[in-house]
Amino acid sequence: MTTPSQTVGPYLAIGLPWEDGPTVVPEGTEGAVRIRGTVTDGEGNPVPDAMIETWQADPQGRFDHPDDPRGRVPGFRGFGRCPTKPDGSYEILTLLPGAIPGENGEMQAPHIDVSVFARGLLNRVVTRIYFPENTEANAADAVLNSVPEDRRGTLIAAKTDDGYRFDVRLQGGAETVFFDV
Amino acid sequence: MAAPTSNKLILPRYRRDPEGTHPPLDSPGYRSTALRHPKQPLVLLPQMLTEVTGPLLGPGRLGEFDNDLTRQHAEEPQGQRILVHGRLLDGDGRGIPNSLIEIWQANAGGRYRHIGDNWPAPLDPNFDGVGRTITDSEGRYEFITIKPGAYPWKNHDNAWRPAHIHFSVFGQAFTQRLVTQMYFPDDPLFFQDPIFNSIPDEKARQRMISRFDYSRTIDHWALAFEFDIVVRGREQSVFENEEEEDE
Repeated sequence: MTTPSQTVGPYLAIGLPWEDGPTVVPEGTEGAVRIRGTVTDGEGNPVPDAMIETWQADPQGRFDHPDDPRGRVPGFRGFGRCPTKPDGSYEILTLLPGAIPGENGEMQAPHIDVSVFARGLLNRVVTRIYFPENTEANAADAVLNSVPEDRRGTLIAAKTDDGYRFDVRLQGGAETVFFDV
Repeated sequence: MAAPTSNKLILPRYRRDPEGTHPPLDSPGYRSTALRHPKQPLVLLPQMLTEVTGPLLGPGRLGEFDNDLTRQHAEEPQGQRILVHGRLLDGDGRGIPNSLIEIWQANAGGRYRHIGDNWPAPLDPNFDGVGRTITDSEGRYEFITIKPGAYPWKNHDNAWRPAHIHFSVFGQAFTQRLVTQMYFPDDPLFFQDPIFNSIPDEKARQRMISRFDYSRTIDHWALAFEFDIVVRGREQSVFENEEEEDE
């Protein structure tokens, strides 16, 4: 029987951050994009003691993992971790994921799975980042289509000069869509 | 270019946890949840490739004394030295090998080495309260550390957190990711702690309490506590029944 989840509490910053956590790929990697955002609470205030974790396929849509039935492709960590700053902001440097197979032979639009941990969250919350330029793939994505249409926009990052912006609103107006995984 | 795909991907599936295992995100007794829990219902996410894979973070993450929190400084920290050991298991009792475990905790006086913790208990110059290790081939792990102290907080009148160690584990899949807290047996502070008591299921709550383990105490050196961490088990997928069954 599973061990229950508990909050990371206010002091995750002593135990969890890694120096290379935010850099899924090293600075200067060709094609790397920066994903930035802010985590806010139900009053719109920044959450300064949260942590974002990301998990994604590589640009070819492959994973460095033995349970990928298409075979393991080593070399891409695929994992990012960034605690929020006092202004609630986080950033990740990564490569854009490729499209990957979904259920019933359909393709999933490129996406990044995100976990959010914080004081006041007794369990992580999970969301997904999609990318605005993949208009057709997003329109056909089964997961996006399972989300009420007026809330889908919370899952789609906004283009910026050097990458994307993806804000996480834990509660309230334009609350981010969170998944039961 | 996308990788070639077949129409049938055979993926492991992970059993969702029974109702009552995890705390409701909206737990009013823990005041910090008030503005931080989603109010909209969670959307069910089918477990697909991204969810059944996960980061496999290896030994490159470890320094020499990462699993011995008493040897990270010139001198020894103050407090009761303890061995904390156990296994990282899936829901079917299988050990999860080569998997990263991270811990963080307060010192013997209940003080964290964090800028936000300024209650009047002394910091220990020889204790950071941070550890990491990788499970062995059978999913076992061990830390040497100091028993953390209880500490006050502002959640309610005369609120005290029971002594605990924060544990962060990955397992083998995104869907198994878990952060929990390990508690100590017979703590008199459980009754008033809304974080411990946020778990609806009494049996599940007990699974966060370590067991005093006299058999693993180290003579003239350390007491011992055993704490197994269990993450989700795999479902038997219909595709896995292709082998001949024994008659």
